[in-house]
Amino acid sequence: MARRYLPVAAFAGLIVAIQLATLFTGTAYHLTQLTMTAYYSLIIVGLCMLIGYAGQISLGHAGFFAIGGYVAAFLTTWNLKPHPGAFVSLLGKSGALVARPDAYGVSLLTVHPWLACAAAILLTVVIAYLVGGPVLKLKGHYLAMATLGFGIIVYRMVLGTEFLGAADGISDVPGFPLLSGMVITGNSSARVSNYYLAWGLVVLGMVLLLNLVHSRVGRALAAVHGAEDAAGAMGIPTARYKLNTFVLSAVFASLAGVLLTHYNGGIGPSEAGVMKSVRYVAIVAIGGMANLWGALSMSLVLNYLSLRGYFGTYDDAVFGVILILIMLFAPDGLLRRHLLSDLKRAVSRNPAEEEAP
Amino acid sequence: MAGITYGTIYAIVAIGFNIIYNATGIINFAQGEFVMLGGMTAVTLNQFLPLPLAILAAVVITTIVGAVIEIVFIRWLHKPSVLRMVIITIGISILIRETALHIWGESVKALPYFTGSSGSSINLGGVYISSQILWVVGIGALVVAALGAFFNLTMLGRQMRACSANRDAARLCGIDAGNMVTLSFMVSAAIGALGGCIICPITYVQYDSGTPLAIKGFTVAILGGLGNSTAAVGAGMILGILESFSIWVLPTAYKEAISIAILLAILFLKPAGIFGSPEAARLKEF
Repeated sequence: MARRYLPVAAFAGLIVAIQLATLFTGTAYHLTQLTMTAYYSLIIVGLCMLIGYAGQISLGHAGFFAIGGYVAAFLTTWNLKPHPGAFVSLLGKSGALVARPDAYGVSLLTVHPWLACAAAILLTVVIAYLVGGPVLKLKGHYLAMATLGFGIIVYRMVLGTEFLGAADGISDVPGFPLLSGMVITGNSSARVSNYYLAWGLVVLGMVLLLNLVHSRVGRALAAVHGAEDAAGAMGIPTARYKLNTFVLSAVFASLAGVLLTHYNGGIGPSEAGVMKSVRYVAIVAIGGMANLWGALSMSLVLNYLSLRGYFGTYDDAVFGVILILIMLFAPDGLLRRHLLSDLKRAVSRNPAEEEAP
Repeated sequence: MAGITYGTIYAIVAIGFNIIYNATGIINFAQGEFVMLGGMTAVTLNQFLPLPLAILAAVVITTIVGAVIEIVFIRWLHKPSVLRMVIITIGISILIRETALHIWGESVKALPYFTGSSGSSINLGGVYISSQILWVVGIGALVVAALGAFFNLTMLGRQMRACSANRDAARLCGIDAGNMVTLSFMVSAAIGALGGCIICPITYVQYDSGTPLAIKGFTVAILGGLGNSTAAVGAGMILGILESFSIWVLPTAYKEAISIAILLAILFLKPAGIFGSPEAARLKEF
């Protein structure tokens, strides 16, 4: 038990330490990108669960992120004022709608972010079940292509649909009031609280996944990953476990999409792009596939560097190179569990081989 | 006619997939990038070379790129898993695309029409069609015929087929299986580049035009049954025509979604392809 939660506590300490460091050095503006990193990390750990533990690749997770983000963005910016009707007034009476002025002072009547969030998650679950059912029966190339295809369909749909803003996406998305005084928004006044909120959510997600890994389900998934036929012969409902993991990781991605959209105040079609999906897979791969902590720490570093613009115009190329190098030289990932002992063994055998574990 | 034009290109990409799949058992996700690279290089070279020479040089350069990719990234891997190969070839496609972006920028380029101009058309039994369409279909047919001859009549082609049928047995007969894999990358890069050159007067070419082609080419390869190049031609026509009809019913923006929906439907319902047999499909490794 203690071994499982010690890293969680250490990670929470790191999050606090980073915030304090930015406070004392007067570089609090870093927190904005770090908050965005947190939401992207939510997708990464969910995807890590799917790729590393259930052994199923998905090249379409940006699609789920976009579904969440776009549903939330659309519902919270769609003005219901010109559409009076029994349903709208019923929603209004039950408190599911909010009236607010937009940037030009025109009063809007829109769906409450909570309801929009619920709708986004619900839609994601439905789509993930519908897509996951047949897709997860496929293996290897076919699975990769099918999930890639799903991602491209979502991308094309948001790019070609007028009411989703086509190439411009949706902007002016309002903040997400969670509790009184706790709003997910990009305002710099709420920077610190949003930073802790986002990373708190990641820590929560990690605890959930870590417990899942060490539960009956996690052991069953490990068996499925190791030898699917053998696991099936042992009476493990392999198809159901794979599907549920797929849906769970889709929900992680979708929730990240909802919250990041509220945080950024908008979403564009590039969030649904294939390169985003590939990037998520790359980060999971570097982290070591079946290594939640590896994926999370790599996500923290790489997403932050990318969002701060350190890679410049080579942003996508960097992830391409990383992907190739990792897969060629260290297909088990950079941060795998036995890396240290491997290194030690390599050193003790031949000091010159230190670089090649 | 547009359907048949696009269908020809999809078939050419699909054949590229098939050649590498037959030789190695992997799907080269960078196949569409060869097409883009061929078109782009030809456009650049055409500035100071006559058109036929520019196309020839573009095909040669892309072939070399194909060989280099195989030698650097694929050759020395010992029995890599499918997942690993998928990710590596995706990484390669990103690399080629980003390199193209930094060389050529985001501008859209095109070769001139091989004969005539975009406005002129040829009267073919009462139907007016653009001359470039004839070039595309003609060269496409020529490529298929030439490949058929290569694989059935030449020693090298037969050696490649032997490797895809049974690698170990081919080795025992003294065939260098490693070289055959390199050759398969070169051949599929070459026909991809040629396809890119003949289509680019009509569709134009941009640094990121490879990925959609790869997806459609893969759809066609699956539709015809993976590894079956003759069926890929028929499947290419089917997809091309379906796609051009879909524009009448759905907005153009969804055109790409159509072919992917077809891909998904086939993967779910009949992964052996409409021309393939399920028994043969089960024997292949995925």
